[in-house]
Amino acid sequence: MNFKLKIWRQKNAATKGKFEDYNITDVSSEMSFLQMLDYFNDKLILDGGDPVHFEHDCREGICGSCGLYINGRPHGPLKNTTTCELHMREFEDGSTIVIEPWRSKAFPLIKDLVVDRSSFDEVMFAGGFVNINTGGAQDANTTPINKKISDRAFDAAVCIGCGACVAACKNSSAMLFVSAKVSQFAMLPQGKTEATERVEKMVAKMDEMGFGYCSNTYACEFDCPKGISVEFIAQMNREFFSAKVCSHKK
Amino acid sequence: MSKKGFSIASLSHKYIMAAAGAFLMLFLVMHLTTNLLLLAGDEGAKFNEAVDFLLTNPLIKIMEYVLFAGFILHIILGVVIQLHNRRSRPVGYHVTPKSGTSTFSRFMFHSGIIILIFLLLHLYHFFFVKLGLVPMYGGAEERHEFFPMLVYVFKNPWMVAIYVVSVIVLGFHLKHAFQSAFQSFGLNHNKYMPGIKAVGTIYAIAISIGFSVIPLYFYFIY
Repeated sequence: MNFKLKIWRQKNAATKGKFEDYNITDVSSEMSFLQMLDYFNDKLILDGGDPVHFEHDCREGICGSCGLYINGRPHGPLKNTTTCELHMREFEDGSTIVIEPWRSKAFPLIKDLVVDRSSFDEVMFAGGFVNINTGGAQDANTTPINKKISDRAFDAAVCIGCGACVAACKNSSAMLFVSAKVSQFAMLPQGKTEATERVEKMVAKMDEMGFGYCSNTYACEFDCPKGISVEFIAQMNREFFSAKVCSHKK
Repeated sequence: MSKKGFSIASLSHKYIMAAAGAFLMLFLVMHLTTNLLLLAGDEGAKFNEAVDFLLTNPLIKIMEYVLFAGFILHIILGVVIQLHNRRSRPVGYHVTPKSGTSTFSRFMFHSGIIILIFLLLHLYHFFFVKLGLVPMYGGAEERHEFFPMLVYVFKNPWMVAIYVVSVIVLGFHLKHAFQSAFQSFGLNHNKYMPGIKAVGTIYAIAISIGFSVIPLYFYFIY
């Protein structure tokens, strides 16, 4: 397969970037999108050029490192699929593929297609954990948890923190990410104890990092590679509301 | 968004926005119910009766201020939120985003601006007259005698077109707004949301058609 690539090139945050047009030939339809970029970079290096920088790690859809804005969608055209699990057979032979980095004030660009997503880490440091020392593993079933609730908590916990929700949102809002993290803890007994403080701290940090507000357009849910539901955003709205209304004065 | 000594969480903005919006949606129902009396074919007798009742009711007097507060809050917060959101993505995308969203949800600010401009025109026609800021027209003898004034306004085809187009835009705004208000308050549940969305669509269509019928009736039939 042959493609025309239009890739955002930017040396660093201080310099201005621009799109560069490239041609790539002899791409196998079985290559993953990142393998295609590896193959492209090899050629670029042999030609004495600067390889296109992009982030990746596990390449099996669980680490959340990869994330490219491909032809107008985070992680490309497939639903519930990360960039690394997207294959070249999904693209039309001879077509142009436009590759852009995540665009958000809270995700400053580092180089080419690599952005700094540590604002997500900051949100996690603000409350995305359980504070008590849980000690060694307990016997199974000492704390009974309804199967439906544990499944639901897991549905939230599958978030890999890739930032596609922010990239997809017209406001670069991080509500889907933060709500998944808030909800996964709020539903389980270990996390419930600190649920009120957690949601207040995590929302405050989210606002501080410069993400936009939620407009309920649900683009995040549409483009989330893990299919996380906006019902978790509603759950966070509930948690935050009751935290603001019911929490004690500090 | 934190500012020196004063900060409201993003979510609190959304609660106020949704609460004000929900109140305005209730107001629209009341406004439409009263206005549909114009179609009774009795030269506005029933409508005038309803207007008299509303103008003399002390509770409505108070609610008029609440209504104004609702409008102002909704408009100001809408602008504040839009400005913040614009700042959250300083560099845009080259390719137009193709993420699946409902069309209306992406243009709430734009439809809001159109509705605001229409609202000002509408206030000029029927509210500022009542306040005495605009001279009476259309042969009205009292400041709250709306019937001859609206007959006069709706004999103008341009005004009829502006009114009809504006309430259709209002319908688009409401289509997203109705379910969005529920979501903002955290009331999204897979059992109820399909119902909420269906009611929202019916509500938006009913408001659009209901308010369109009145100018069309006065232009073509009355």
